[in-house]
Amino acid sequence: MAGILVYALHDDEGNFNKNSQGAISEAAKLAGELGAEAAALVVGDVSDEGAQSLGAFGASKVYRAKNVPEGLAQPIVDAMAKVIQDEAFDYVLFGGGLLGFEIGAGLTARLGAGVTMEVTDVKVQDGGLVAVRPILQDSQIAEVQYVGKPGIIIGRLNAFDAVARDGGSAEVVDVDVELSPWSTKATMVTRGEQRGADVNIEDADYLVAGGRGLGKAENFELCEELAKALGGAVAATRAVVDAGWFPYAGQIGQTGKTVAPKLYLAAGISGAIQHKVGMQSSENIVAINKDPNAPIFEFCDLGIVGDLHKIMPKLTEAVKAKKGA
Amino acid sequence: MKICVLVKEVPDAAVEKRMDPNTMKLDRSGEKNLNPFDTHAIEAAMQIKEGLPEGTVQEVVAVTMGPESAVRALHKAVSLGADRSVQLTDDALAGSDVCASGYALAQVLKSEQPDLVLLGQQSDDGECYTMGAVVADHLQMPSLTQVIQIDVSDSKLRCERQAEYGYDTVEVELPAVISVGDAINEPRYPSLKAIMGAKKKQLDKLSAGDAQIEASRVGDEGSRTKVLALNPPPAKEKGTIIEDEDTNETVEKIVAWLDERKLL
Repeated sequence: MAGILVYALHDDEGNFNKNSQGAISEAAKLAGELGAEAAALVVGDVSDEGAQSLGAFGASKVYRAKNVPEGLAQPIVDAMAKVIQDEAFDYVLFGGGLLGFEIGAGLTARLGAGVTMEVTDVKVQDGGLVAVRPILQDSQIAEVQYVGKPGIIIGRLNAFDAVARDGGSAEVVDVDVELSPWSTKATMVTRGEQRGADVNIEDADYLVAGGRGLGKAENFELCEELAKALGGAVAATRAVVDAGWFPYAGQIGQTGKTVAPKLYLAAGISGAIQHKVGMQSSENIVAINKDPNAPIFEFCDLGIVGDLHKIMPKLTEAVKAKKGA
Repeated sequence: MKICVLVKEVPDAAVEKRMDPNTMKLDRSGEKNLNPFDTHAIEAAMQIKEGLPEGTVQEVVAVTMGPESAVRALHKAVSLGADRSVQLTDDALAGSDVCASGYALAQVLKSEQPDLVLLGQQSDDGECYTMGAVVADHLQMPSLTQVIQIDVSDSKLRCERQAEYGYDTVEVELPAVISVGDAINEPRYPSLKAIMGAKKKQLDKLSAGDAQIEASRVGDEGSRTKVLALNPPPAKEKGTIIEDEDTNETVEKIVAWLDERKLL
């Protein structure tokens, strides 16, 4: 029986990742069209109830590899490769996320399989799956078919919506996995460390986000002032969070938060795909950047080509004056 | 200790990248620069070399796969500090997808037997993010991607990176394959002397046969994906762009725009 296998990522408390749940929903939909089944694979200490709960998103079976640790890719490659081969899965689907990229890539090598990444849509065509993938900074959309089996599809963050239905409960199948020698040579020391203050950006209607174009950490003050005037909060790109300029809790994008405020004002942010995926659903996007070729000018609603250090203080004053009026 | 850095030549950011409608592959005729993400990998190699007692890292070798013109990327890599370079170049490799390219690069690395393979987090053109993990599985080495901090002690690396739930710290035994994020360092600029000297450093050219690459596993034949169609993205109304000349005027325009949308 042909089928689609999804890797379902969970945190240390056992909560499944929203993008993994979305990937299961997408797999279930596609499997329905193919006349096949969707299944999920989980690793580590996942309870029966936890594993069964993935049935609500459309998984008919959940393979559970208890002896495989969560959080690092290569042991999970071992687990997935075994299940794919034993059960003859035709496709493997990952929601957006760093680990999905690594596991999918490992499977490509292990199984000699075709892989597509940053996939935004999957179609059924001639009895198989075709991955739809934006390339070259989203300037072209490629439709990619697989040669041979299995085909590995790595989704873009938020590409697939999690659709839960009532009463779905998956059958849980425990699998024993022998780890490859090289899979045990990386070990997690600490996982999911939060760096910096716990800022709340998900409830804000107005977000002023800062990127590398701010020049230095102190210039986040410009964002703070404008956010205060607008009645909103401050967010940041991965680059400046990695540089220690802003707390991780305020990071937008691939390995951070996904937001959709009424207004997203991006200051000194180029608009790389990893950032775009976390904020593109914002109602209004305003960008200030000195580089006229910055990708963000391709998808903002209002773009200002200029020096944010000159513009932001004046904009803050003008917003205050307008709101005070 | 021997470090190999995988590098790639990509179209210059200033050059518009385009697809060849006949082959459905990236038109590489305008290629002319070292992938900017790779400069972070070379810098990371140099910092490891310089941070350890002299002689610990014997060699930093830049490795690429690509057409004849890709030597320019290797020259750049050498000018940034690599000791020598290896170019895998063969018509049989043209059209290789991720699966085929990863296999081919791994074959070259097998003959080099590095203790550490470094690469950038992504290429500026293909945007695939995957090569490190593909190569690692072929080499049967542990691997980690998007690493922003590497500390070397004994035969282990202590790596930090941001993943789904925050920052992870991971210990990795050597030999290993590590792809680095661009936050890991600020790459140095090559000196004029290094640029002038780059062409004199050893550069080995390998054919697919030299690297013991099976022809059926590379190129169009060895690729496991096929591009069926290329389409323009759905039309989206282009935003308003203002060039800031008079900042007071610009700010007035922004406020008016926000006000129109009842955002103030």
